[in-house]
Amino acid sequence: MDQSTVELIRSSLGPLLEGMVKGTIPLTAISFVLGLLLALVVALMRLSPIWPVSAIARFYVSVIRGTPLLVQLFIIFYGLPSLGATIDPWPSAVLAFTLNVGGYASEIIRAAIISVPRGQWEAAQTVGMNYPTTLRRIILPQAARVSVPPLSNTLISLVKDTSLASTILVTETFRKAQELAGPTFEFFTLYMVAAAYYWAVCLVLSFAQSRLETRLDRYVAS
Amino acid sequence: MTEHLLDVQGLNKSFGDNHVLRGVDLIVPTGSVTVLIGPSGSGKTTVLRSLNALEIPDAGTVRIGDVSVDFGAKPDRRQITELRAQSGMVFQSHNLFPHLSVLRNVTEGPLVVQKRPAAEVNAEALELLRRVGLAEKAEQFPYQLSGGQQQRVGIARALAIKPRLMLFDEPTSALDPELVGEVLAVMKDLAADGWTMVVVTHEIRFARQVADQVLFLDGGVVAERGTPAEVLDHPKEERTQRFLHRLIDPL
Repeated sequence: MDQSTVELIRSSLGPLLEGMVKGTIPLTAISFVLGLLLALVVALMRLSPIWPVSAIARFYVSVIRGTPLLVQLFIIFYGLPSLGATIDPWPSAVLAFTLNVGGYASEIIRAAIISVPRGQWEAAQTVGMNYPTTLRRIILPQAARVSVPPLSNTLISLVKDTSLASTILVTETFRKAQELAGPTFEFFTLYMVAAAYYWAVCLVLSFAQSRLETRLDRYVAS
Repeated sequence: MTEHLLDVQGLNKSFGDNHVLRGVDLIVPTGSVTVLIGPSGSGKTTVLRSLNALEIPDAGTVRIGDVSVDFGAKPDRRQITELRAQSGMVFQSHNLFPHLSVLRNVTEGPLVVQKRPAAEVNAEALELLRRVGLAEKAEQFPYQLSGGQQQRVGIARALAIKPRLMLFDEPTSALDPELVGEVLAVMKDLAADGWTMVVVTHEIRFARQVADQVLFLDGGVVAERGTPAEVLDHPKEERTQRFLHRLIDPL
């Protein structure tokens, strides 16, 4: 590696880190938390015995999973203004990613809730719990254990998917790399640095996942 | 306070085309033990599960103490909740909460639902665990216990909500044979202490020793009822005789 490449990498580390800390990471964190809340609501709607409620949830999941995330982003940022709703880049990105996580994670949460044996609901009822209490105290803690691996997948995908926000002018990691690469034509080097940053974040998340799984497995016979 | 803690009239229940209960009546005097026996599919578990509305009968009334629910009149959630609060239930497959310690399994109902003070609830729960012989297991998780111990925690959990009536749904059927005795012993103790109990079981010896009345169910009706001596030793009905014969001599 020649001197100028080393210098370029060194000078790009700061701006790309800024893209991570101010763009990718908060975008991921906010969208994931909001997306999980939405997903829980959608999962419970989907499990509802009232058919219009479950039909709405089913339709939502179908649309989110059946259309590209990039198209969803463009509809929100470039499409909605023609209907009179103009949303800034950042909130547009948060909205798109939240809706996307909400769709995918709802199916994970629904499956995890179903995986808790029927007898747990019944036992909770016999000690007097109503539906929300049963859900909060008995069902969701057990569903959480089952859903950590697939939800970790969703989170790790989201970290990388936030790079799509570069297309709607959000200054996150990848956009920073593009901005630095443009004038210098050092595409390979700068995109490799960006890739390394994404990978590093995902490694940390994978580590956190296994710690969390160990914690949640403590009440299960090995 | 009436003399009969539990009074059940005209229970009917269908699952699709399958008419599992065809008018079951049942009276359980306060402080007595009633054992339900019968072949699989006879409706005995459905009767038991109707008493706390885990199964909603199509028709019939269940009265426990001063709480009465007429299932034919489409009871609302509040009525069902009130009925459920009258009884504690022990399941065939214990259904302990696996993510909670033994102690917290027992305290969950009193703390979270009844919102009673923690110090009092914890002391009572430890006393209940001591009573079923498991005080030293309080901080363990259910998976660390044997099947018999799990079932005894299930009994303590049911007692903790201070029910008037205890329901047992085949509490020993899923246990290894050598663990059955410790669970039946706890149930015998409860009976001796004056608990009102309804027990679905295949343990004929237990029924003979502990029951005040035995009901033999077959095809969704009570085919025969009486004292253990009447039903178990001198059954009048041929189907009761055949069932008991199969239990004693499966081959």
